[in-house]
Amino acid sequence: MGDFLLVTIQVDMHDRLAITLQEDLTERIVNDRTRGVLIDISALDIVDSFIGRTLGNIASMSRILDAETVVVGMQPSVAITLVELGLSLPGIRTALNVDRGMDLLRESLERG
Amino acid sequence: MVVGKASEIRVASQDDVVVVRQAVRARAVEIGLNLVDQTKIVTAASELARNTVVYGGGGTVLLESLLDGGRRGLRLTFEDRGPGITDIEKAMQDGYTTGVGLGLGLGGARRLVSEFHITSRPGEGTQVRVTKWNG
Ligand SMILES: Nc1ncnc2c1ncn2[C@@H]1O[C@H](COP(=O)(O)OP(=O)(O)OP(=O)(O)O)[C@@H](O)[C@H]1O
Ligand SMILES: [Mg+2]
Repeated sequence: MGDFLLVTIQVDMHDRLAITLQEDLTERIVNDRTRGVLIDISALDIVDSFIGRTLGNIASMSRILDAETVVVGMQPSVAITLVELGLSLPGIRTALNVDRGMDLLRESLERG
Repeated sequence: MVVGKASEIRVASQDDVVVVRQAVRARAVEIGLNLVDQTKIVTAASELARNTVVYGGGGTVLLESLLDGGRRGLRLTFEDRGPGITDIEKAMQDGYTTGVGLGLGLGGARRLVSEFHITSRPGEGTQVRVTKWNG
């Protein structure tokens, strides 16, 4: 995996768990000097405003720590619902799957 | 219109929000909503359940399966005896929040369902009732 951190969300998260994830991840980015984070949400069957906000926080936090975040594997029904909910996930990059997400991270790291 | 199966769930904690999501999903599958509509009603339920916990100080949700002519629907009624909402019109606006949220919950939930009713009295509580039809 090189410099990248892959996080797979596998449970229906309650709010406290989402915040814990955010904190753990920030710590890992610092400790491992990670330059890229992939968050696989393919197992999530909904993303509501709270989870969306958490993903946004993770993305901006990692940017401050000089790491890029890509959210991968969002189910199409979740994407459709997010748009209608009005959540645009500003600043969050998305990719179809883990492989595409890794490509995206590599490209942006090469670009510097 | 016929009201079929009905059940009530307590909505008092973050864990209850997850329980509500799962119960709404099961019921949405049961009445034959397609995947996108299931996702929409579960997402709306998640927003409303969280509001019930965070702002309403806890409450309940009633899940009812509806039959109206040929179509089937799922109706959710969230109720709390919290502080209520003084200006509902304002609360419905995207971006309006008195907390730390994005202010998307109420407006977003309204867009995700077929019918949306909110009643609230300051000092008495809030009721939000939403219905999703399968056609
Ligand atoms: N059950 C309730 N009881 C009292 N006030 C409520 C209730 N539900 C919503 N409100 C009020 O309406 C406002 C808007 O709610 P809405 O769900 O749209 O946004 P939010 O909860 O603040 O943020 P988000 O849902 O995006 O995390 C809330 O900030 C709160 O002041
Ligand atoms: Mg809300």
